Amino acid sequence: MCLAAFPAISLTGATKSFGAVRALERVDLVVAPGECLGLVGHNGAGKSTLMHVLAGTLAADAGELRVGATLLGRGYSPAVAYRYGIRCVFQELSLCPNLSVAENTRIFHGALKGFGWKAKARALIGAKLDEIFPGHGIAPDDEVADLSIGKRQMAEIACAFTVTDTPLRLVILDEPTSSLDASTAQQLLTFLRTEVAKGTSAILISHLLKEILKTSDRIVVMKDGKAVDARPAAQFTRDTLVAAMGTVGEHGKAEAAPGAKRSALRASQPVVIRAKPHTGGGQELLVHRGEVVGLAGLAGHGQTRMLLQLFDGGRLADTTVSEPVAFIAGDRQTDGVFPLWSIARNISIGSFATLLSGGLLNIQKEDALAQSWRDKIGIRTPDIGNPILSLSGGNQQKALFARALASLARIVLMDDPMRGVDVGTKQEVYELIRAEAEAGRTFVWYTTELDELAYCDHTYVFRNGAIVAGLGQAEATEERVLASSFHEDSAA
Amino acid sequence: MMPEQMIRWARWARSEPWIWSWLATLGVWLATIAFTQGRGSGEVLTAALVFATFTVIVGLGQMMVVTLGPGNVDLSIPGTIALAGCAAMKLTDSENPLLLVGILAALGIGVAVGMFNYGLIRLLRIPPIIATLSTSFIVQSAAIAYGRGIRIKPAPMLADFATARILGVPVLAMVVALGSIVIGIALARSRFGRSVLAIGQNMRAARLAGIAVDRTRFATYVLSAVLASICGVVLSGFSGGAALDMGDEYLLASIAVVVIGGTSVAGGKANVPGIWGAALFMYLLVTMLNTFGASPGIRLIMTGVIIIGVILVAGGEEQ
Repeated sequence: MCLAAFPAISLTGATKSFGAVRALERVDLVVAPGECLGLVGHNGAGKSTLMHVLAGTLAADAGELRVGATLLGRGYSPAVAYRYGIRCVFQELSLCPNLSVAENTRIFHGALKGFGWKAKARALIGAKLDEIFPGHGIAPDDEVADLSIGKRQMAEIACAFTVTDTPLRLVILDEPTSSLDASTAQQLLTFLRTEVAKGTSAILISHLLKEILKTSDRIVVMKDGKAVDARPAAQFTRDTLVAAMGTVGEHGKAEAAPGAKRSALRASQPVVIRAKPHTGGGQELLVHRGEVVGLAGLAGHGQTRMLLQLFDGGRLADTTVSEPVAFIAGDRQTDGVFPLWSIARNISIGSFATLLSGGLLNIQKEDALAQSWRDKIGIRTPDIGNPILSLSGGNQQKALFARALASLARIVLMDDPMRGVDVGTKQEVYELIRAEAEAGRTFVWYTTELDELAYCDHTYVFRNGAIVAGLGQAEATEERVLASSFHEDSAA
Repeated sequence: MMPEQMIRWARWARSEPWIWSWLATLGVWLATIAFTQGRGSGEVLTAALVFATFTVIVGLGQMMVVTLGPGNVDLSIPGTIALAGCAAMKLTDSENPLLLVGILAALGIGVAVGMFNYGLIRLLRIPPIIATLSTSFIVQSAAIAYGRGIRIKPAPMLADFATARILGVPVLAMVVALGSIVIGIALARSRFGRSVLAIGQNMRAARLAGIAVDRTRFATYVLSAVLASICGVVLSGFSGGAALDMGDEYLLASIAVVVIGGTSVAGGKANVPGIWGAALFMYLLVTMLNTFGASPGIRLIMTGVIIIGVILVAGGEEQ
């Protein structure tokens, strides 16, 4: 398969950190000319970060990038990547919505300039669309904003494969089929095989393992920012792939919860939440009092929307939430923190009902409440009157926990609250959740970290907005959850 | 001063942004009485208190609206002042016994305008700046149609109240000062005030923290319009009747006192003492330029330049 002595692209020792989070740790990646490389891994494994480094949109902290025999050092950028024939189709669509398909092609390909560029762009993109997606139904003069999400994705893919003055070396496709229907997805994968046969290289990222297994020559598995496995596609099966994604790496498993006693809650305690996701059908979400219920599945498959639906529960006809709720945001900056306020005020805002006397907040009570929660939950600050932004991210998150737990809410909704929180803080919060649940509070916990499901009494797995599986505490193994997240035919 | 003291002072000034408008007020007043060699210094202050009071009434409402966060502003204040003033004068018809009817009608107009404003903003999703400006046109037109050619004197009781003084201090200023204290306490310690501040910092987080976002925003727009209608009534009482253009100058003045007074235009941070300082400053600034004998053109230019200067000094410290 190797047509030349040098690989199309090779990356060695790529490392990238965002604050305390290690997104990539010494990743090596080699793509041969005419090779289609499949890349799989769970959410946050580092796939997208790695692709951004290859595309030049993110600079790695360390590592070497070679294109052919050329070492590309500092100053590597999307423009340089383009010159070397590296093209990228990212998950977030990047076409300008107010321009036509042809005009977007002009923006991507700087060579389309001078008199008559528009006619050239129209001809090029039209031909490429016809080649990849026969019968696509997109006119080059269509404004992007008027196209459906699937057609936008098709236009963007065609744009990336269009050749002007520089040859095509490597195309990166990050979840290209997630917004395409089955037949167009098939068209794309077929085209990809013929393109690869001509000597172009490709990297394909997909959560649909069947696609990866069928289309790639070789598969690299990522976990926790590392490339943990790399083998020819023929040596993988769906099951070994799932196993490689889920079980390789650290074993930070939770202590087994007192299973028998807790699972009896389902039988003995009344139902406090009954809801069906608005975003899709599938099973019904049932939560009993005092349970910790996990919402699992790939990121963005309807879990957060489910939580918001429960938050608005009282006002919706088809959703029953029979006790007061509080919400703990995972995205602290946009959903949680009031940046101008002190720690105390950030905590007390959930507890107006208990702090009001004669229409006014009792400031002494407010401070006492914040103080007691600082001690209880271990918020590291000398003075709760300090600004909330003086705290580290993990401690800000603790303040948000304190806000919800100090309130009168009996049900706590958690939107992946451990994002970017250090291990020590996590352990403290897990214990707190357990203790509060023992005391009769109910938790609905969306998490992207499979390890955390061990703390849940029951887990619902989401896919495409629907609940596709409900698993008891003992059944919620990584394999079961991953299998349900990825496959249509999973146990329900 | 020792450097350490200066740092401490600078830190304090940063946390109390109203100080700048008061310093500016003091500076302008001193410049004025230095020019007149002390003559009329007391009279200038009394006059400033009277005229600042009207600005403060609408400024407090505008402050609450601006505190709701970026994009929130009430431009319907001038129209509301005019319509509420006209309606109160016409219904009262210079008779003391009818005063209550006039005042209730004016307050009703305020509530209606506020509801209409928020209806446009919430139900029709029109940005506040456009919604309230449109409302102002409608309300102003109503005032013109309703109050055509009127020049009805206020009821004597209202006129007396609006012009009364105790020991040289206008009674109206005292009442409005009390009202300001109430609003200050409400901001710091009531559910409504905390809700306004929280929404101004992060509306999404406020909703998820369980705050009644819609109800709070609605109440705030109604409050601003009601304060404007009160201003219309007392302004008519003070100046011997309503005039259709009497609200015009309060459009910019209400916003200027909010900004100069240290309320954050980005929302989430209100400042009541700053409203007073800024309103006094705005009046004294014009007085000073008059005393210096500046022509109207120069006066306007200087007013603009000095306001920009104060905002630069006060805002620069905050960065």
